Amino acid sequence: MDLNDTPELAEYRVKVRGWLEAHKHEAPEGGASQTEGVAAVAARRAWQGRLTEGGLNGVTWPAEYGGQGLGPLHQVVLNQEIGRAGVPGILDIIGVGMLGPTIIAHGSEEQKHRYLGAMLTGEEVWCQMFSEPAAGSDLAGIQTRARSTDAGWVLNGQKVWTTNAQFSAFGLILARTNPDVPKHKGLSMFIVPMDAEGVSVRPLRQISGDAHFNEVFFDDVVLDEEAIVGPVDGGWGVALTTLLYERVTIGLGGEGFGWRSDRFAAALMRDETAATDHEVRHRFGEIAADFLALRFTGYRMLSALNRGQIPGPEGGLAKVTTIKAAIDAGDLLADTLGPDALSDDDDGFGKLISDLPGLKSAGGTEEILRNMVGERVLGLPPEPRLDKGVPFSQLKALEKEAVK
Amino acid sequence: MNFALSEEQEFLKEAARGTLSRVPTVAAARDALEGEPLPDLWPAAREAGWPGLLLAEERGGAGLSVMEAMLVFEELGRVLASVPLLGHLPATFVLDAAEGLDADLLSALADGERRAAFVPARPPSDIEPRWTVDALLGSARPEAPEIAEDGTVTGTVAWVPDAPGADVLVVVGRGRAVLVETNAAGVSIEPVTRYDATRSLGHVRLDGAAGTLVDVPEVKLASAFYLAWTLLAAESLGATDRALEISLEYARERFTFGRAIGSYQAVKHMLVEILRLGENARSLMYYAGFAGKDAPDEFPLAAAAFRLSAGKALEHASRTQISVHGGIGATFEHDAPLYFRRSQLSRRLLAGTADAADRVAAETFRTAAAAA
Repeated sequence: MDLNDTPELAEYRVKVRGWLEAHKHEAPEGGASQTEGVAAVAARRAWQGRLTEGGLNGVTWPAEYGGQGLGPLHQVVLNQEIGRAGVPGILDIIGVGMLGPTIIAHGSEEQKHRYLGAMLTGEEVWCQMFSEPAAGSDLAGIQTRARSTDAGWVLNGQKVWTTNAQFSAFGLILARTNPDVPKHKGLSMFIVPMDAEGVSVRPLRQISGDAHFNEVFFDDVVLDEEAIVGPVDGGWGVALTTLLYERVTIGLGGEGFGWRSDRFAAALMRDETAATDHEVRHRFGEIAADFLALRFTGYRMLSALNRGQIPGPEGGLAKVTTIKAAIDAGDLLADTLGPDALSDDDDGFGKLISDLPGLKSAGGTEEILRNMVGERVLGLPPEPRLDKGVPFSQLKALEKEAVK
Repeated sequence: MNFALSEEQEFLKEAARGTLSRVPTVAAARDALEGEPLPDLWPAAREAGWPGLLLAEERGGAGLSVMEAMLVFEELGRVLASVPLLGHLPATFVLDAAEGLDADLLSALADGERRAAFVPARPPSDIEPRWTVDALLGSARPEAPEIAEDGTVTGTVAWVPDAPGADVLVVVGRGRAVLVETNAAGVSIEPVTRYDATRSLGHVRLDGAAGTLVDVPEVKLASAFYLAWTLLAAESLGATDRALEISLEYARERFTFGRAIGSYQAVKHMLVEILRLGENARSLMYYAGFAGKDAPDEFPLAAAAFRLSAGKALEHASRTQISVHGGIGATFEHDAPLYFRRSQLSRRLLAGTADAADRVAAETFRTAAAAA
């Protein structure tokens, strides 16, 4: 058990720290969540460009696509140093962390050369369009259709929970290309220019009042043959790659949300009565232990990644713990400090408390996650399913029959 | 960075499992509730080299660290084995740091020819300036025994693990420690067994007993207390894993309404919750192993967090094991009650898991204040 850098990593850390020291005055103000507003987004994009020029982006991407060709531990060192320098990281975590690697794995050479460079510099930001109002945890049940016509693929439908859609240049979209086969087998992945005719983006306002997500509507959007990533009807495999990188990105992100027990401790310590109260201390101890466990679960995951092991669904349990610990923390702070704790300003925890009920379901509901872990990790038998082997086009009728 | 077990550590774990597999420890735990004597596992422990695990090689020990000791305890916990190492290892941990002790005694302790028991005292915190010990009854914690300059010691410490049958005691007082022979005048050890018959406990009464001062810094005495926490926690984590395995097996085999019960979400999710809590505890075990060796300043936090989280994991696991098995799980037709009893008592020993939560809070406040 050790936290030490290998000589190679130590050298990398020195290099990164040096660059950040020299350039941090160019970084935009505000934390990582300041992506609201046109000016703020422009500043974050420019900063992503600077990081890329400095060799501090695309750490694990192959060098031939503009990356650094390094390992996951280098990414962790970089994240740590960015946190230490107090500057924001890249804007397009979704593109660089998840969608770029998907294109690298499944895209054509033309696609790689056309899109990856501008994605890395932040010149073109990307969004991920998988979930729909009626298909999230059961992602393969999506209804957005792409029909093959003489003019090309014609896209119709709706996506939801799309982060960054309002300023993205492109999106990676999962759509149904063949409804007459079982649902996983008739999907394809496409690249959509977000300024294409027939694409409209509408913000979704959340409990906090912020709009971190969007709905995106597609109305006869025409895509050419080159828009497809991977084989026709082979989109499910492509989507699984994205979801794998999502787990890795979340795993490496760690304390990126700013939910840290030292911050909660500082708030409690301002109230001396609370900080010496047995019940408050007991509750806080449970929360702090969970956050500590998460940090070291992250280190365990990284050690496994570094040995070339692919993270399994059990990594998702860390997400359950994260959300639970943060909910408990918000609750304890509000119970202890009173209504002021609910305020949205910097001293308050209103935003934290507001964001958590939704985050519980982000990336798949906790219930689905527990099913996956129960079946794939613990080897428990699956629930009986109605949809196995049934063509997608016949599913609706079957579902109606089942609730009669 | 590396947070995985080394090959040597994997081997140590495997060897411990092998050693313990030769004795039907779970059946013995059941018989012990009926008053049958527990099998004596000390010879096997000696053969495996466990008594000397934490003593330096030049003192006849193996010179290993907290991590290895926890791995042995994980295996002990899996099979509810009763081996008096919870008393012995923290005692030898203290003695290993001292100079000028009888070398023959140390090598006899390393070999297991003689056995030590640690008489623990909880180190002070931000809201309790005294060294305190577990009370015979209730939540008011008495001050730790008083140790005079000449090494005589007076005081009462309740619920001391493995005190009955020990040859020597390492008694922690108010910031100092003393080595006492259990047959010395003024020493009395009242054996007690409560609820979990595999756990040997004793109320230790010291009335002007003569001892030898053990010259170690206060922080070492605090570490010994936290070491005892990590061992108890590792034992709970081992029991958690085993309770999960047993429950999984049943959930795959037992059918209701034409389906294996493990296919129902309600059952599946309870079992996944054991895994979640157990894996959190395992991450904290690695943290404790790391801190114990390389970040001593963080050891109190790591040990407290591990104790808390492993206690919680076994609490959930032992209750879930009973629920998954239905009514039979709550009877001695099954082993589940043994794991339940283990959980109930373990959580109340050595100041209890609630105190571990308090310590996590205290240490987090301390580091947050230092950072501000």
